[in-house]
Amino acid sequence: MKEAQEFVWMGAIPLQIHLHESEVTTVPPPPPALILAPRIGYLPLLLPLIKPYFSSTLPPGVDTVWFEYKGLPLKWYIPTGVLFDLLCAEPERPWNLTIHFRGYPSHLLIPCEGEDSVKWNFINSLKEADYIINGNCKNVMHMSQSDQLELWNSVVNANLEAFIRSSSKLKSGTIEDDYASKISWMVLGKVPVRLYVWNVSEDFGDMEDAPPIDSWDRISYVNRPLEIHREGKCFTLHDAIKTLLPELFGKKRKPSEGENDEQSFGSEEETKNNRMTEEGEGNISQPLETGSTADDDPEIKLLRIQGIEPKLETPISWVANHLRHPENFLHVCVYIKVPSAKSL
Amino acid sequence: MNESAWDGTLSASEFSASAQAFAEKWKLNNPAYPPWTWVKSLEVPIFATNQVEEGYLSLENVCIVKSNDDEVASCVEGEASLYDKEDEESTDSATLSGNDNVQPYYFDFHIIYSASFRVPVLYFRAYCSDEAYPSALLSNQVFLADGRSLGLNEIESVLPANSAKVLLESKWTFITQEEHPYLNRPWCKLHPCGSSDWMKLLFQAVEKVDRPAMELYLVSWFSVVGPVIGLGIPIQMLKEP
Repeated sequence: MKEAQEFVWMGAIPLQIHLHESEVTTVPPPPPALILAPRIGYLPLLLPLIKPYFSSTLPPGVDTVWFEYKGLPLKWYIPTGVLFDLLCAEPERPWNLTIHFRGYPSHLLIPCEGEDSVKWNFINSLKEADYIINGNCKNVMHMSQSDQLELWNSVVNANLEAFIRSSSKLKSGTIEDDYASKISWMVLGKVPVRLYVWNVSEDFGDMEDAPPIDSWDRISYVNRPLEIHREGKCFTLHDAIKTLLPELFGKKRKPSEGENDEQSFGSEEETKNNRMTEEGEGNISQPLETGSTADDDPEIKLLRIQGIEPKLETPISWVANHLRHPENFLHVCVYIKVPSAKSL
Repeated sequence: MNESAWDGTLSASEFSASAQAFAEKWKLNNPAYPPWTWVKSLEVPIFATNQVEEGYLSLENVCIVKSNDDEVASCVEGEASLYDKEDEESTDSATLSGNDNVQPYYFDFHIIYSASFRVPVLYFRAYCSDEAYPSALLSNQVFLADGRSLGLNEIESVLPANSAKVLLESKWTFITQEEHPYLNRPWCKLHPCGSSDWMKLLFQAVEKVDRPAMELYLVSWFSVVGPVIGLGIPIQMLKEP
C-alpha cells in the first residue's frame, strides 16, 4: 500500500509556462518558466516558483493570477494531475500552459486569492469526503487549526511522510491508526469519487488527433459518491463507472437480472437499501461490456486515474485505496463515445 | 424505511418528488410570484435521458428592491415566463414596480440536490440593472453581458436587513462563492453543512414525528432557508393540502 501511495505522491508533471503576450512589456520577451508540478498539488501553489521569471516584465497593476491551456481557463481547484489527464488526450511533455497576471475571468472562474483559497477548498473537500465515508464531518471538524495547517502544508510540499503523520490525527472509531495507509470503506460503503467525463462525438484513431477541449461545457462533472455493496463479490472499476453513469449504462438490464431493476432509479418506492442493491449487485452480475453486446452501448475510449490507465477489471477497492488524492477523493477522467442516437 | 432515527437527509428520488410537491404548493399559495420550474440536466449532453429524474428547481429574475432608505421589499415580476433552460431565447417581460429611489436587484435561485450531503443546497446569483441599458432587463443573456453581476460582499449588503442578521448570527448558514454544479459559472451557495441537523430538529420539534412525509421536506427546508435570502413562504404552504 505504501509503495502505491509513494508512487502517487511522487507523480509530477513537467510544465512549461508562458506569460501571456499581452502582459509582456519587455523586449525580448522572457523565456518560459520550467516547473515540475506535483500531480496531487494545485496550480496556484506554484506561483512562488513562477513569479520570479516574470515579475520584471509585468505591466503595472495588481496580480490576479490564472492559468490557461489552449484558450481554456483552468479551474484552479482541480488537482494539476487531473487537469493534465483530462485535457491532454495525448500527454504533452512538457505541458505548455499560459499564465496570466491580469484580467481574471471572474465570470467564468471562482475567485482565487492565493494559497488560502486553495487551502479552504481542500479542507472543504476533505470534509465532504469525511461526510461521505462516515456520515458526518466530525473527524475533520475536530482537528485543531494547527493540525489542519500541518496536513495542508504536507500537501503543498508533496511530503508524504508529513502527511501520514498529520492524517493519523484524523481519527475514526472503525479506522485503523494509520489513517493514511489503510481506510475502511465499509463504514457506510460509500467512496468519494469525482468523475470528469468527456463525451467524444467524433471518432479518432490516435489520441493525438483528439479534438481539443475548448470549453468546460464539454465536460460533464459528476460529483456523486460511489455506493459499493460487498458480499464476497468483486466490484470492479468498470462496475463503478457504470454505477456512476446509470444514464448511459443502465439500459441493458435484462428482465431476468431482476428485482433490482435499475430503471426504477427514479421511482418513489426507492429506499436507500434498494439503491445500494441496484448499484451493487445488479451491476456485478452483468457481463463486462466493452461495446460487444450492442452497437448502441457507450464505449469507454480512455480512463485515466493518476496518470495511469488501470484495467477495467481492477477491483474498485484497490483503486480507491491506492489512487485517491490527499483529500480522499478518487478523481477519474473518462473519455466516452456515446453513439449518436443517445447524444443531443 | 426501518431506521430508528431519521438523520435529516433525503435520497435523490425523494428530492425529485419533494421538489414537485414544493413547486405545486408554491404555485397555489404564492400566485404573485413566478413559479419554480424543474430543469432537467439536459445541459449536459450525455445525460439525455428521461429515465433518471436528475434536475433542479429554478426561480429566476426575482426582483429584490432595496431603496435608499434601507427598506427592502421583494417585488414581483410582471409576467415572468417559464424559463426553459433549453431555450436560450426566452425573454420575460419584467416590469418594475416601485418608486424611483429604488435600486432593483435581480436574483436567480436554484435548489440543487447534493449527492454527497444528501440534502438540498441553495445556489443563487444577483445582478443589478445598468441604467444605460434598460432593455437589458428583458433578456437574461444580454443582461449578463451588459449588466453587472454582483460580487459576494455586494450580495450580502443587498439582502434584507434581517436576513443579513440571520446570516451573521446563525451557525447553520453562511454564503460562499462556488461553482454551479452544472453551469460552469461562479454562483453563490448557502452552505449545506448542518442542513441535516436542523432539518432533523425541525421535524422532531414541529411535526412531532420521527420521520417526515418526504414530500414535505423541501417546504420545511425552504421555510428556514427562504427568509435568509428574502423569500418568505406563506403559512398555508406548510399545511397539508
